Amino acid sequence: MIGVGKIKQYSNVLDKPLSRGKQEFCLQVSLSAFAFLFSELVQYNQTQVDNIAELERRLEDAGYAVGARVLELLCHRDKGNRRETRLLGILSFVHSTVWKVLFGKVADSLEKGTEHEDEYMISEKELLVNRFISIPKDMGTFNCGAFVAGIVRGVLDGAGFPAVVTAHFVPMEGQQRPRTTILIKFAEEVLRREARFS
Amino acid sequence: MGSTACFIIVSRNDIPIYEAEVGSAIKKEEATHQHQFILHAALDIVQDLAWTTSAMFLKAVDRFNDLVVSVYVTAGHTRLMLLHDSRNEDGIRSFFQEVHELYIKILLNPLYLPGSRITSSHFDTKVRALARKYL
Repeated sequence: MIGVGKIKQYSNVLDKPLSRGKQEFCLQVSLSAFAFLFSELVQYNQTQVDNIAELERRLEDAGYAVGARVLELLCHRDKGNRRETRLLGILSFVHSTVWKVLFGKVADSLEKGTEHEDEYMISEKELLVNRFISIPKDMGTFNCGAFVAGIVRGVLDGAGFPAVVTAHFVPMEGQQRPRTTILIKFAEEVLRREARFS
Repeated sequence: MGSTACFIIVSRNDIPIYEAEVGSAIKKEEATHQHQFILHAALDIVQDLAWTTSAMFLKAVDRFNDLVVSVYVTAGHTRLMLLHDSRNEDGIRSFFQEVHELYIKILLNPLYLPGSRITSSHFDTKVRALARKYL
């Protein structure tokens, strides 16, 4: 067990340092461990609910808790204590910083909805959480990406941009697996505040 | 002769989740209530001010007699508010930054419900130690 003795033991979590320091490479989680945990999370929730909508809501709530914490931690650690006060600012924060830290890469695309002013979409060819999941036909439009939608909602809500966030499958031409789109629909007050500032 | 200082942490939903009198002066019973009242009254001003800047440290936002309210807003809109009579801005800024780090560590606990009271006695000890160091 070489090297174990070198890790300093802290008596209380409040004394542990927050920034990663030199231990960056030791603090990554294995994909298979996460996929296993996530599949257990979904299966556990499946036993607790009667319908698809409830299952999606539970996954979203689980993601919401993650999002609230990710927002605070990343603004402190990666953004040098700058808050986001504008809509485009928080969206690009989610699209690049949050995605990079959670999934190892920035999201594939960030688009503004064409039909409605308050809709934005973050698309991903294949969500990390969905990589090892296949949805049976009888579950209709259910998407485990609801967990990621919950994370995004947690980040936006925490920063003061309340929104309804959902995950959808979008079939693509010439590709076997459909693309996943996270649809973000902002509340009225966000648009009014944006209009006041610009 | 010491300094008066009252420190509270207010969550996003305007509920105080932590309170501490951290000044070194002798405390009077009525003074505590008054301090809390002044801090809560300053919340309105903070709300408007928070959206005008992307900085977290908002310096002095309000004054009452010779007491000044300084506020630090985190990314999740949790407000760290300090009522004080000193003019030591750098000390106050460092104090807020250190408490902010402690707050994030409390928040990262998956069993901590964001917006609920912080009951950890270790947190309380550390905040008071920081107050003695910086204020």
